[in-house]
Amino acid sequence: MSDEKKQALEAEIRSYVGKPIGPEVIGRDPVNEPMIRQWCDAMGESHPAYLDVDGAKGTVHGEIVAPPTMLQAWVMEGWDMHEGYDEPKNEQHRLHKLLADNGYTGVLGTNTEENYTRYLKLGETVKALTVIDEISEEKATGAGIGYFITTKTAFENQDGEELGSMSFRVLRFKPANPQPTASAAGGEEAVAQKPSRIKPPMGHDNGWWWERVADDGVIPIQRCTSCEKLRHPPRPMCDGCGHQGFDSIDASGKATLTTYTVVHYPQFPGYEYPIISIIVDLEEGERMASSLIDCEREDVKIGMALEAVIHEDDDGFKIPLFKPAS
Amino acid sequence: MTTLKANELETGQALPDLDFKTTTTVVAGGAIASRDYTPVHHDKAAAISQGLPDMFMNILTTQGICSRYVTDWAGPDAIVTRVKTKLGGPNMPGDTLKIRGKVLSTDGDAAEIEVTGNNAWGNHVTATFSLRLPA
Repeated sequence: MSDEKKQALEAEIRSYVGKPIGPEVIGRDPVNEPMIRQWCDAMGESHPAYLDVDGAKGTVHGEIVAPPTMLQAWVMEGWDMHEGYDEPKNEQHRLHKLLADNGYTGVLGTNTEENYTRYLKLGETVKALTVIDEISEEKATGAGIGYFITTKTAFENQDGEELGSMSFRVLRFKPANPQPTASAAGGEEAVAQKPSRIKPPMGHDNGWWWERVADDGVIPIQRCTSCEKLRHPPRPMCDGCGHQGFDSIDASGKATLTTYTVVHYPQFPGYEYPIISIIVDLEEGERMASSLIDCEREDVKIGMALEAVIHEDDDGFKIPLFKPAS
Repeated sequence: MTTLKANELETGQALPDLDFKTTTTVVAGGAIASRDYTPVHHDKAAAISQGLPDMFMNILTTQGICSRYVTDWAGPDAIVTRVKTKLGGPNMPGDTLKIRGKVLSTDGDAAEIEVTGNNAWGNHVTATFSLRLPA
């Protein structure tokens, strides 16, 4: 996008800040017992003040009240939501469509904050007025670059009495890794996969190493074709003679534990924690980083004998790990 | 049923664990109970067309489950005055949402409770509940 076009887009989105998204929304049904009971069923909720007149009398509420987190449910649009919003129906939709039309096609809810002035009583009608409160500068995020849009909603009852408020922040972004879309012929849909191990970078200098692990089930050790010095991890030049030619030998897989650390945090999706992260000395003399498996934390001893296993993840990725020598 | 008092709580104190089994019924039931008819919360085909393997739990259901987790522990006279949530990955049928909580702080009759919900996708929700407890 050109700077001029970007400035025009930013000016246009900023014009939405402070605008109500549309007229006040009035809850279709007043706060009522059937909807509260349906909510409690779905949430596994058994609070006496939500479910039972006599039970409610025994609480500070003294009468049936609605669960506080149900506040927004009273003004939800309901059935019409299933048809989607190809045609914008309010200012919020128009703002989102404007960004989507400019490539910011992704949307993610990121934060909410709800304040409950008091619990709602049976018979109250909930009214909500939502305003576009804030649009951030363009930010780089893990999902892609985009704008955080914050809306604020004020809730009141039929008499104008304050019931609570909500702020809701979404990220509208250009997906950093766009999923391949289904082909026009109705080919396979792109489906998100459960997270798995973060894959190592595989480039010109080390891609061959990972291919040997995957294809041949071995741990190769790079060897200089001039002076035969071994080196690991793979790199372009021999640190003994400066020669760039190389081949490799296959490690036996026998190793000793040089040092280790136990990783509890930070936790990334796709790994089982804690991880025993290790440095080993291979029998052939090179040093290698890996993880220790099939070993309790208290049984780990520096100097212990290990043997390599070529581990295969659920997604088919192969990686050498180590376990105590049998 | 008794309700905890703020001065009975210790910072860092853990709430009992809740491993919540997520099913299609739970996801659809929660969406409909909160009047959220967005198709991705009750229609698997709609979720797949958006690149996800299955329909996923809506925010209100996550909040409702976390809220009852906190008040089941604190007791019926604990008043929820505020909930702040940070949203993470999805929660889908087949996922076990591991809900954990701890006391962050107390101040007079008020207490702040942190609730986390994790599943195979990583962190689904981190919520801070503000409670007003009996004096």
